[in-house]
Amino acid sequence: MLLKDKMALNYKRQLGTLLGLIALIGIFWISTPYFLTVSNLLNITRQTSINAIIAIGMTFVIISGGIDLSVGSILAFAGVVTAGSLSAGVPIFFAIIIGMLLGFFCGAVNGLLIAWGHLPPFISTLGMMSIARGGALLFTGGRPISGFSQSFRVFAEGRFLSVPMPVFIMILLYILGHFILTRTKLGRYTYAMGGNEEAAVLSGIHVKLYKLFIYGISGMLSGLAAIILTARLNSAQPIAGIMYELDAIAATVIGGTSLMGGEGTLLGTLIGALIMGVLRNGLNIMGVSSFIQQTIIGAVIITAVLIDMMLKKRK
Amino acid sequence: MPGKIILEMRHICKKFPGVVALDDVDFQLYEGEVHVLLGENGAGKSTLIKIISGAYSKSSGAMILEGIPADIQSPGHALELGIGTIYQELNLVSQLTVAENIFLGREPVNKLGIIDSRQVIRNARNVLAALKVEIDPQARVVDLGIAQQQIVEILKAISMQMKILILDEPTSALTRQEIEKLFDTIRQLKEKGVGIIYISHRIEEIFEIGDRVTVLRDGRVVRTSSIDAVDSSDLIRLMVARELKEHFPKRKAMIGAEALRVEHLTRTDVLDDINFALQKGEILGITGLMGSGRTELARAIFGVDGIDSGNIYVNGKKWVIDSPRKAIEAGLGYMTEDRKLQGLILKLSVSKNISLPSLDRVSNLGIIMTDSEQQLAKRYIQELQIKTTGPDQLVQSLSGGNQQKVVIAKWLACQSDIFIFDEPTRGIDVAAKVEIYQLMNQLVARGASIIMISSELPEVIGMSDRILVMCHGRINGEFDPSNILQEELLKCGLGI
Repeated sequence: MLLKDKMALNYKRQLGTLLGLIALIGIFWISTPYFLTVSNLLNITRQTSINAIIAIGMTFVIISGGIDLSVGSILAFAGVVTAGSLSAGVPIFFAIIIGMLLGFFCGAVNGLLIAWGHLPPFISTLGMMSIARGGALLFTGGRPISGFSQSFRVFAEGRFLSVPMPVFIMILLYILGHFILTRTKLGRYTYAMGGNEEAAVLSGIHVKLYKLFIYGISGMLSGLAAIILTARLNSAQPIAGIMYELDAIAATVIGGTSLMGGEGTLLGTLIGALIMGVLRNGLNIMGVSSFIQQTIIGAVIITAVLIDMMLKKRK
Repeated sequence: MPGKIILEMRHICKKFPGVVALDDVDFQLYEGEVHVLLGENGAGKSTLIKIISGAYSKSSGAMILEGIPADIQSPGHALELGIGTIYQELNLVSQLTVAENIFLGREPVNKLGIIDSRQVIRNARNVLAALKVEIDPQARVVDLGIAQQQIVEILKAISMQMKILILDEPTSALTRQEIEKLFDTIRQLKEKGVGIIYISHRIEEIFEIGDRVTVLRDGRVVRTSSIDAVDSSDLIRLMVARELKEHFPKRKAMIGAEALRVEHLTRTDVLDDINFALQKGEILGITGLMGSGRTELARAIFGVDGIDSGNIYVNGKKWVIDSPRKAIEAGLGYMTEDRKLQGLILKLSVSKNISLPSLDRVSNLGIIMTDSEQQLAKRYIQELQIKTTGPDQLVQSLSGGNQQKVVIAKWLACQSDIFIFDEPTRGIDVAAKVEIYQLMNQLVARGASIIMISSELPEVIGMSDRILVMCHGRINGEFDPSNILQEELLKCGLGI
């Protein structure tokens, strides 16, 4: 098969989701002219960036055949610890490293329990969801930590080549993640263990170690998202990130990744995250109540996955 | 012939991608007869019974059940029509009791809709007594042996008052006494007018229990006749038709130095003091009944399951193989019994499956060099003549024989030279089998060595240089294939 055909085939699978995204944008554009302004579009991508970054890790985890429910809590924990470090006078660079390492550590504990302790990912990460949330609350005594220097807030407010910093980071991470998933051993093994774990083990892949790493990455990306969120709000909340895990899972499955593992793409996940972002933003602009928004988002998730499954079956 | 025809199959065809499994098959089953289906693996027996039992749909042809055309949609539908099937793989819920399994889905309930457990047990006792089987109806299935589980499965079908009962190799794991009991039951069922389709590889059994026999070969009916009109050598000739030599193109390779030696390999309750050596250029056949420890031995050598004691030497050097990674490093390759469940990643392409254990060879600093990977795949696609549209075709859309070749390519690509092939030709057609055998010849000709685990005795005799027979986790005998009969291997495997 020619490379061109191969790419065409890969993109064809994303085409449905992409058309969905374009249709949504069209609908909102007709409803409210303000929707399709540069400032609003930048707004959407900025709002999407946090979910989209978490969803990168989620995509790796789900392709590997698992699930990660702890990302929202890890985000809160890493956020408050980074914030606390900053308040204690730790240099920005090190504070960020601390936050991301904490995220990696929490994720790696998940991986450890799943790979060596043979816990189902659902249970292990459900436990971590509570543990990390408790950690965040303990660390702050339940109070938010606020007020940071301008040089830290650059992570949310700054621009690079006139692209908002969070969006820039998001794009960079998606390019890197896509490369890892499609061109490296780590990526290949992620698909292999999700497609058939037994066959992966019998092919000599150190599945346990790679699992540890994949959950670690998921936690680390939550730590990174926490930094952007903290910078944007100029405040780290111990109750931040509630339900973020579900948004990330939704973005991943809307993007065509199978919850059974073994297949999926990051391009799909990015489109999935954008669909969620556009939907929230558009409904907000139209003044739709948040109760109805919830319902609509739920219906969109179900419809997207239903259509994806029907398309796959026909193939 | 007594009674009337209860099932008639006319001009049945079944096509799979690349394979015609059944070609214009006619088949009749009378009331109260035991109709034996005979044929080699891949001849089409299982396909035929899967069509009758609703697991497959036929490509063309007609099925007439008690004079009425029937279009069986699903296994559930077949059960409703009174067609019960007992497959080789048992379908019991292991955590439920014997009684609960027998009446699963048909539990007697009281007025409130609550299951009457006492009645379940009472009914089960009746069924057990009718067959004079001594199994506790309240025992959990997981605690029973294979033979007992098989009997429970048969009791379940018997209790459903089936008009047609299909038995797929029901005696393969039973002892002589248990077989007697089963035959008694079959005779009772005949009295009641049940039509029985009976599949077995044991020719002597067929004369004991069968009324008529249909021989299938390469998806066609070769002959249907009364059992009295044929003898066992007729049947074998009809089944095989080709000379055995043509079927098993065995070429002896130069036997060289020792490649693998296993000493005192023990895993409590599974493997008991296993000792053997494997030479370069040798195909060592290992056979034995289901559960005799064949596959467990392969898994132990390949480092999948831990061992309690014993040593493994590869090329004279002692290796502690505690993971498949270590085994691959030592030069071992393992083609598993169930390629779909354990051997392949079906959602990935041919090239990605081939390169999986040897990604290091085609990557640099963890980054895969796509061109080298494609070249690697193309090389083996050509060398093993894998029929595929290209390296990017998904493995799930290949035929069984070609999937098996992908597994072999996988191990060749990581330069394995000691191969463990567990049931290498299960579920692939005759032509593909011969290709796999030829590949095995090529491998040993190059100085590789092969452990071939198989329950197909003709294959074991036809392809091995030496045969080990396992029974209850032990090696029960070693044989020279040039002067051994299937019966002797079977006896050894049964521990008689």
